[in-house]
Amino acid sequence: MNKPLPAHNIGSYVPMIDGPDKVSGRAKYTADILAPGTLAGRIYRSPYSHGEVVAVDVAEALKVPGVVAIVTGADCDKTFGVLPIARSEHPLAREKVRYRGEPIAAVAATDDASAREAVRRIKLTVRELPAYYTTKAALSPEAVLLHEKKPGNIERDVLFELGSTAQGFAEADLVREATYNCAEVCQNQMEMHAAVADYDAVRDRMTVHASTQVPYYVHLMLSQTLGMDMSRIRVIKPHVGGGFGCRTEALNIELIAALLARKANGRVRIVTTREETFITHRGRPETDIKLKIGMRKDGRITAVECECDQRGGAHSGYGIVTILYSGSMLYAIYDLHNVKYLGKRVLTNTPPCGAFRGHGTVDIRFAFESLLDQMATELGLDPFAVRRANYLNAPTFTDNDLMVNSYGLPECLDWVEKQSGWRNRKGKMPKGRGLGVACSHYISGASKPVNWTGEPHATVKIKLDFDGSIVVLSGAADIGQGSTTILAQTVAEVLGLDLARVRVVTGDSEVVPKDNGSYSSRVTFMVGNAALDAARNLKAVLVNAAARKLEARPEDIECLGEVYRAGAQDKGATFDEVVTEALKDTGTITVTGNYSTIPESHGGKKYRGAAIGGTMGYSYSAQVVEVSVDEETGVVTVDKVWVAHDCGRALNRLTVEGQVQGSVWMGMGQAMSEEAGYHEGLMVTANMLDYRVPTIQDSPPIEVGIVESNDPHGPFGAKEAGEGSLAAFLPALTNAIADAIGIRFNDLPVTPDRVFEAIEKRRRAREKPAKNNGGA
Amino acid sequence: MTRLLECRLNGRDRTDAVADNILLLDYLREKVGLTGTKTGCDGGECGACTVLIDDRPALSCLTLATTVQGKRVDTIESLGSDGQLSAVQRGFHEKLGSQCGYCTPGFIMASAGLLRRNPNPSDAEILEALGSNICRCTGYVKIIEAVKLAAALGRQGVAP
Repeated sequence: MNKPLPAHNIGSYVPMIDGPDKVSGRAKYTADILAPGTLAGRIYRSPYSHGEVVAVDVAEALKVPGVVAIVTGADCDKTFGVLPIARSEHPLAREKVRYRGEPIAAVAATDDASAREAVRRIKLTVRELPAYYTTKAALSPEAVLLHEKKPGNIERDVLFELGSTAQGFAEADLVREATYNCAEVCQNQMEMHAAVADYDAVRDRMTVHASTQVPYYVHLMLSQTLGMDMSRIRVIKPHVGGGFGCRTEALNIELIAALLARKANGRVRIVTTREETFITHRGRPETDIKLKIGMRKDGRITAVECECDQRGGAHSGYGIVTILYSGSMLYAIYDLHNVKYLGKRVLTNTPPCGAFRGHGTVDIRFAFESLLDQMATELGLDPFAVRRANYLNAPTFTDNDLMVNSYGLPECLDWVEKQSGWRNRKGKMPKGRGLGVACSHYISGASKPVNWTGEPHATVKIKLDFDGSIVVLSGAADIGQGSTTILAQTVAEVLGLDLARVRVVTGDSEVVPKDNGSYSSRVTFMVGNAALDAARNLKAVLVNAAARKLEARPEDIECLGEVYRAGAQDKGATFDEVVTEALKDTGTITVTGNYSTIPESHGGKKYRGAAIGGTMGYSYSAQVVEVSVDEETGVVTVDKVWVAHDCGRALNRLTVEGQVQGSVWMGMGQAMSEEAGYHEGLMVTANMLDYRVPTIQDSPPIEVGIVESNDPHGPFGAKEAGEGSLAAFLPALTNAIADAIGIRFNDLPVTPDRVFEAIEKRRRAREKPAKNNGGA
Repeated sequence: MTRLLECRLNGRDRTDAVADNILLLDYLREKVGLTGTKTGCDGGECGACTVLIDDRPALSCLTLATTVQGKRVDTIESLGSDGQLSAVQRGFHEKLGSQCGYCTPGFIMASAGLLRRNPNPSDAEILEALGSNICRCTGYVKIIEAVKLAAALGRQGVAP
């Protein structure tokens, strides 16, 4: 008899288990949920940037045939927001409008044309107030306040100094300071925001389908804004067409759909336009950074001072968390002491910013790795050597109490150095071509959830019934990153079963356990660990059943996936037989798996908000970018990217590669072409032509090296793979451009016109010496 | 005004009364109920709504439904046969050319159009054929691999 072997999948290339649905058009997204009788919802948005609402006149709109219900701010006096301490936003503006495009009223009609016509007839009267579109204008002492309780239009300022920067700079051989500006960028995920809300008036129940990353937050905010008991609300997350952070908050879209559905006593579908999706926003804020670093001749960093101003937009959103991340995540990548951080999150009359992939860390990393590179050049040090001089000695705690265990950054740098041919090629490239390197890191889930309830951080249930199929129940939201596949893999691996035996049910609050959602790259780590726990619990049940059936002791039972046996000579019992035995006592089996983070990972208390940045494991990334710069046109071409990512352990090499490539590429968009532009508060780039996402023709080959540092706490050793590689692209690009043409760009995006202007400026300066030394 | 539209949709003849001003995209999604074709932008920017009209990729969001009178229209739902994924579908699934999946029907139809007229495309031809489709997840690397696998499968006789 051939020895039966348990099936393994961890560490392989596993196509996504929901892939067949996506490639066949069967996958249903929120906008695809069609049902007869569904009303079309449309939103009327403010044409004013800032003003006191005098009147919202819907009388003419109500006369449009087909209109069933109209809601305005008068229909909801509750506020919402992702942070319990900062819920400043109404689903529909009430006393004030604070940005152009803020929802004012919404219409439900029997058809879309009627809804649009009704929206056209709504009249908003405001008493206009001065509007502030820049951080500087909003911070002016004369500025009117956007929110009464936020003096100076500051959402939050953060100040900490750990160690002594004065002493650190005194110990330095070289001190340099530079300023950086990163334009505001948008997630611009392919699926436009949508929600379908169905109100059952007879039983007073609300069902909402929403394109969200965190159905739990949607559930909380629906309850809050509708004033409905949570038990009367059901939230369903269908397939979601990307998120990248903008859907980690409950959005006004789903709340407005629910308000309309309740008022109309029916079912309302809102599918926003691309322009509305842009204006709903929650992107990465425009950021101004002033950074000062002290360095010894050997490249060792002695002190860091960083000022960071973020243009947060008109509401709190995630703002407090973002400005805290920007400070705390200066740490946990290099061994830093003597760090001072001054962060300001500013309220402005622009759409609210939010959590964008690499939340809070990206622009700061751009500045840091740029200045590091510049100082290395000045000291005659190799860019790799400078980074190597500052490695953490892991495991360790940083000065701001972040727990670092596995630390694969050295292996990442080694890989990209070798793979890119850095040693042989750097400095020997033809004119206009160059190489740049940079590093970045990210958390594998925020250790403390935003809504601290005392529950485990993640819970997974597994159901096993007469049919022998393993049904995994999880609230984790697959938004395309492949979390559903990872959960199936995890459970199948523990039980030694083929993936075909495992089904995963997600995304329906009526069925699945609550999950904290898909944000901060938490799912593989936290929900993965919960799935691991659940699978082990199920395995114990099956082993006990096998022991009964085979009349052996449980500790003698060997689980081989489809066969359980007691000893090598035993023919054993099949999986189906074991399941039948297991069901005898209890009927349908359900087991639970939980995961909680450990207190050591919760960050410290050295300054207010110091818990932000705490995680169970940091991912690390290093990148080498190769560029060609056409000095005649200013066009920069990325010829190749080599990226190494320490994801602890690659549970699925295919999806890790996909996530890393996607992150690098998204970093490229921010670095080279993407920028939200406004005219008098109106987002004028709210389409995919003016908001320039790189096309396939603009995009380079991206070679991925997977570094496996085997985190002691990660499931099978895994850490995050979906965010950490984004940030390093930005500085690796500008470092490569500096290598290619000798000009350093501190402002993003590096568009051809900016490059051309800088080249021209330098040319003119060379022609008229002693006037200007070039630079951007 | 409403007209009778006769076309061959996914291999079957259909006759529908459609308004003059309805877009092919809305006809497919809202009238016929074929929601595999996606709306990703406010018109002609993203390629998510790509379908084949007489085997040529077209943006259904910029096409009036009545203009496909007498023509063949193929959507993502037409691909695959005998319970098997088509070559392009297999390429996108097996090589992870699809992450969130929202742009995928558009990319697959653009790729199928390419492979129907050019079974052995060069890299440059692949980039050109997919140059007006936006994907926000993959960075395109695996999309290129997906199309190459599809072409290889095509050489083994799997329909694109």
